[in-house]
Amino acid sequence: MSRYLLRRLLRTVVVLWGVSTIVFFVTRLSGDPITLMLPPDTPRAEVERVRAQFGLDRPLPVQYAIFLKNAVTGDFGQSIRQRQPAMKLALERMPATLQLAVLSFLFACVIGLPFGIIAAVRPRGWIDNFTMTLALVGQAVPTFFLGILLIILFAVRLQWLPVSGRGEWQTWVMPVITLGTYAMASIARLTRAALLEVLSQDYVRTGRAKGLSETTVILRHGLRNALIPVVTIMGLQFGTLLGGAVVTETIFAWPGLGLLAINGIRSRDYPVVQASVFLAAVAFVFINFLVDLLYSQLDPRIRYT
Amino acid sequence: MASSVATAQLQEAGPALRKRRSRWRSIPPSVLVFVVIVIAIVLMAIAAPLIAPYDPDSGNLRGRLLAPSWLPDGNPAYFLGSDEQGRDVLSRMIHGARISLAVGFAAVLIGGLLGSLLGLLAGYFGRAVDEIIMTLADIQLAFPFILLAIAVIAVVGPSLRNLIIVVGISGWVTYARIARAQVLGLREREFVVASQSIGGTSWRIIFRHILPNILSPLIVVASLDLARTIILESTLSFLGLGVQPPTASWGSMLGAGREYINTGQWWISIFPGLLLTLTTIGVSRIGDWVRDVLDPTMRNI
Repeated sequence: MSRYLLRRLLRTVVVLWGVSTIVFFVTRLSGDPITLMLPPDTPRAEVERVRAQFGLDRPLPVQYAIFLKNAVTGDFGQSIRQRQPAMKLALERMPATLQLAVLSFLFACVIGLPFGIIAAVRPRGWIDNFTMTLALVGQAVPTFFLGILLIILFAVRLQWLPVSGRGEWQTWVMPVITLGTYAMASIARLTRAALLEVLSQDYVRTGRAKGLSETTVILRHGLRNALIPVVTIMGLQFGTLLGGAVVTETIFAWPGLGLLAINGIRSRDYPVVQASVFLAAVAFVFINFLVDLLYSQLDPRIRYT
Repeated sequence: MASSVATAQLQEAGPALRKRRSRWRSIPPSVLVFVVIVIAIVLMAIAAPLIAPYDPDSGNLRGRLLAPSWLPDGNPAYFLGSDEQGRDVLSRMIHGARISLAVGFAAVLIGGLLGSLLGLLAGYFGRAVDEIIMTLADIQLAFPFILLAIAVIAVVGPSLRNLIIVVGISGWVTYARIARAQVLGLREREFVVASQSIGGTSWRIIFRHILPNILSPLIVVASLDLARTIILESTLSFLGLGVQPPTASWGSMLGAGREYINTGQWWISIFPGLLLTLTTIGVSRIGDWVRDVLDPTMRNI
């Protein structure tokens, strides 16, 4: 187990290094932030001075080396726009994104799991057809279109919910549904498929034959064994949620990491983009790691060596 | 006579093949509907200049934001209304199909070729090659691709070509993982070892002996991937990073129409969104069916 953890940790470090390197070079290639920042008639000497202040006058490899050295200590430099440490800005936005992602994930599980289970219990019945049609639509509808549909229906027509922002509970409803629907549909479809497969096993027939209640058979014998592929997908879905948050946050003006990164890209605020993407990657890698550990709890046959 | 020979051959081929052939022949009605719909949308895209009632890109500023003709306050000239520049929404939707489908298909092709090649190399050569390629895959999966796509497009500038390349690269990891896993299963098989022992080059073995044997799972991945590339294209276009105005794409129509949902002009964004959703539903339903026919064991991807 500890050897596995060590290898896993090493890989994580390599992955995070790769992510930050890619982001570093992509953002550096995207043009000069200084000329965008200063008024067009700024004297050359002043432009050079500000450029030197941000270390942008040095050769790219040197900039990269300094970037890596500081990144190890969590220092991603000063935001070019807001004169604050970039990491601090990103960390401030982190809770909004995590709360949105976690709530959307809970929404996806709370709706998706029962839908998948009842669909599998009576395959080909009307509940199955209905839920699976819903799931198909839920997986196919693009996030941004779903968001716009919800806004038109609940904010413009019915005026039940505010169009955007983050505050009291009403502001959470549309972003959570928008972000969680795809994951919900995936979880429902996969739960159904996995459970159907397990329910055809011999030990399920044995359970029924010895007179266990149908609920016990489905939940204890069926669901517990069907959960392994479901948990895998859930872990991946959580990562997708973090990505989808970028679009959802844009639509609902949700002050999270995704919106920060998008605005950072638009205003070429490199340090902020680097810090926020890095933070998102850390969260994603960490969650995948947890999912891996969860496997061995669910399935004692899985042993890490 | 001929048919009885064919039947005899089928019986000889064993139950698996017979079942597979009959599955191809009998498309379930629920899939057939979507096959018809998707074919209709493809034909619409091809014939766009012939069937669109108006020029999609030239507007009429006096005819701005007109409601669809069948609404009480609608304008009879525009079946699905007009947009903020007085352009016909229906015509733009018909033309927008070209961008969505072209980018979607081209991106699947790029991602599929790139990913399959890298997966083949990783699986066949193993060791360092495998480590490097699979670490790259992990890196790509470790952060929201949409952010990278946005950053890259901000660098290289939004254009149709750049859009296709970025969306194409977004999908290579799945192909690579599937190809690699399949190669690992084939690498030690007799026909590969035999070819190695008579001096077959690696390229020959990979492309002549291994590739043909792993094609069907890769086709399954591609058919399921198409909906994803279409959605990613429309998302980037929605954010203003796709093809540039005045060219229409479903995503950019939604992005522009978004400004007008608060003032009640919902038709600018709703209709392209519905057509987009219909397309992705159709494409994924067909993809599911292709998977069930070719490789039902891939239910979990």
